[in-house]
Amino acid sequence: MIEKTLKGKPAYWIWLAFLGMFMAIGVACYIRQYNFGLGMTGMSRDVSWGLYISQFTFLVGVAAGGVMLVLPYYVHNYKEFGRITILGEFLAIGAIVMCLLFIMADLGQPMRALNVVLHPTPNSMLFYDAIVLNGYLFLNILCGWVILTAERKQVKPPKWIYFFVYLSIPFAVSIHTVTAMLYCGLPGRHFWLSAIIAPRFLASAFAAGPALIVIACLVLKRVAGFDAGRKAMDKLVTIIIYASILNMFFVGLEFFVGYYSNIPSHKHALEYLFFGLEHHGHVYNNLVPFMWAFVILAFGSIALLATPLARKKNDFYLGLGCVGLFLAFWLDKGIGFVLAGFVPTPLHEITEYIPTANELGVTIGVWATGFFVVTVLYKIAIGVEHEVE
Amino acid sequence: MYNKGTIIPGLIFFVLFVTFPVWFQGLKAGDMPKPELPPGGEKQCVMPADYMRANHMQLLNEWRDNVLRDGNREILEINGKKYPKGLQMACMECHSRKEKFCDSCHTYAAVDPYCWDCHLTPNEVASKEATH
Amino acid sequence: MDKQRRKFLKIAGASVVAGIGAPVLVKLSSSPALASSDGGHAPVAAGHAPMPDAHGGGHVEEAPEGVRLGMVIDMRKIADTPALLDKAISACVNAHNVPQFPDKKNEIKWIWKAPFENVFTDKSASHTSKRVADTQFVALCNHCDDPPCVRACPTQATFKLAKNGIVAMDFHRCIGCRFCMAACPYGARSFNWQDPRPYIKKYNKEFPSRMRGVVEKCNFCGERLALGQEPACVEACKGTGAILFGDLNDAGSEVRAVLDKEFTIQRKPTLGTKPSVFYIV
Repeated sequence: MIEKTLKGKPAYWIWLAFLGMFMAIGVACYIRQYNFGLGMTGMSRDVSWGLYISQFTFLVGVAAGGVMLVLPYYVHNYKEFGRITILGEFLAIGAIVMCLLFIMADLGQPMRALNVVLHPTPNSMLFYDAIVLNGYLFLNILCGWVILTAERKQVKPPKWIYFFVYLSIPFAVSIHTVTAMLYCGLPGRHFWLSAIIAPRFLASAFAAGPALIVIACLVLKRVAGFDAGRKAMDKLVTIIIYASILNMFFVGLEFFVGYYSNIPSHKHALEYLFFGLEHHGHVYNNLVPFMWAFVILAFGSIALLATPLARKKNDFYLGLGCVGLFLAFWLDKGIGFVLAGFVPTPLHEITEYIPTANELGVTIGVWATGFFVVTVLYKIAIGVEHEVE
Repeated sequence: MYNKGTIIPGLIFFVLFVTFPVWFQGLKAGDMPKPELPPGGEKQCVMPADYMRANHMQLLNEWRDNVLRDGNREILEINGKKYPKGLQMACMECHSRKEKFCDSCHTYAAVDPYCWDCHLTPNEVASKEATH
Repeated sequence: MDKQRRKFLKIAGASVVAGIGAPVLVKLSSSPALASSDGGHAPVAAGHAPMPDAHGGGHVEEAPEGVRLGMVIDMRKIADTPALLDKAISACVNAHNVPQFPDKKNEIKWIWKAPFENVFTDKSASHTSKRVADTQFVALCNHCDDPPCVRACPTQATFKLAKNGIVAMDFHRCIGCRFCMAACPYGARSFNWQDPRPYIKKYNKEFPSRMRGVVEKCNFCGERLALGQEPACVEACKGTGAILFGDLNDAGSEVRAVLDKEFTIQRKPTLGTKPSVFYIV
């Protein structure tokens, strides 16, 4: 099936070359960072995780979001998702590749990464994260490939594969739960120390992942003549709306706990994110515009997606709503969540973080790699669909 | 055989390419390195020279785990001479010129251990004593 | 023929998986380092399990077994002679080849000065006495009895030494993920964002430097204790009683005598980390 990636219209090749250019920039920036050290980034003693880990956190969600297609199709036998489930699985592969690349980019000693396997440490949440992420990657490659091969030969998939398909469902939930546990089990980081983090991560994942799939379907309809079917899209949008509302509800709960209890440590990070935090006469508010953009985009997009305009007739508004939501949750989880955990520091000082150009180069490079992987995998999936037709 | 014309030259090229390091030097391994013996004239080490030549890396790893992970920093006494377990504290006391001792074989064998990313050679220590 | 090939591939695949997985399983079932996560010393008397901090403050009950090195810092003495602190800090910097970066971003700190409100963030700083408000306090790794950094580390590069309770670092093993920095509630850990050597003023030949990409922190001078010396900061304040060091579990030790006599506080005791550094304010 791999041969399908080698034949395509000029637009396909131009798109791949475009991504390849950013990948090359990413590699060049990474080499600079590798030779100098992580001092090339904007991270500091006080904000010791930055863009890399926050992108990782967000993308774990995108990967987990694929399960919102697998679950209805395989467990509830919702036939309309038959054509797009493979897209969910292949998106998960691309997202996890990005996650692993971001982790590698973030390590101070990347050559020693295998120490996690050589010295397994079950009391560390990163140990479990490594297991579930690699496990989920493996499951998606296996299930996607076997089922697509069967489809191409127009036979039923072998029975044994269903074991792995069902196994991938708890794995999808666990990748994001364990990622939440990286944060919510740390004493002294009050913003992260909240039992709602894992549910909140899952809710935003189940919105952002499917939103990206809807966008992908709309693109594929135009460029590859692939129609996911109106009914499937409509069901996806329903899932997206509910998951988004849940996420906003959970964010609201964080506000209630902080502001009603009036415990300063519970309020600090929220204040920093949404209103600016005053400290020794200086107001720190770097992230305020991002967070209000998140709120406005999230509510605006939910409202847009809930109107008949987006749902029944107009692809443009449907796409706009999904892009808005995807961006909103990227701002929420891919920017705000990780960075605000470091404000204030354990010694109640405030240090702000601004990524460097080199860091942005690596980040864009990893995103481009992810899109490259997803493009190539979708090319295969659509190629097989067309062949069967 | 099909495509004889491509396969056989291709195979020959491949074999030549992968054996490049062997024939490029004219089938010679180059001059054997001669690591410098301790400039202070010490004759004795923690283990016989043969053992050290073959196994110094295992010994260093063992010392490292002893000292750091188990907290066993007791000082070894061998033939009346005391050796605190450590590259900097024991080895480099006698083999004081890393560039002429360690490097001579490591360069020859193309190994690049990361010991000196952290551990200091007497030369480096000297470079920053004067500033005090 | 095809059937056989398939069978071969299946067996080969299974063996590869087993080959990769087996060392992990063997390690998991036999690793001695795992045992130390519950204290390392098995016979905890029944019914004497240390209670988690239920009083919401004050000193947490300590595990009574084994050696547990700790420190008592008498801030009254440091308030009287603030120069003591500078002496202690520079002794530490010299002993451990700690680099001195000019900027806050790259800072490497093992023991450092900070105001009361920063060191004791959970104590009230309103209407503090003039002496407390005017004194620079001192912060360092607390060598917790239940250290969150050790819990977080995915490679056991940071671990608790069973024989003396020191929370130690193995720089050879650290992968630089900085999970421990996020986990430490005391901001005691620093990361080498770049090669530290150009910023080390003077080398101590008895101790290594660090390489870029690893985390470092106070080690309670494990290397000096082995030679029968006191930690560098303690030695620097010798004779003043400003910083005392000893076994918290030894009822006859100097630190215990002071702890029995004076009212002391720990940093953030409500987090249940059981710090081994005590302060007399």
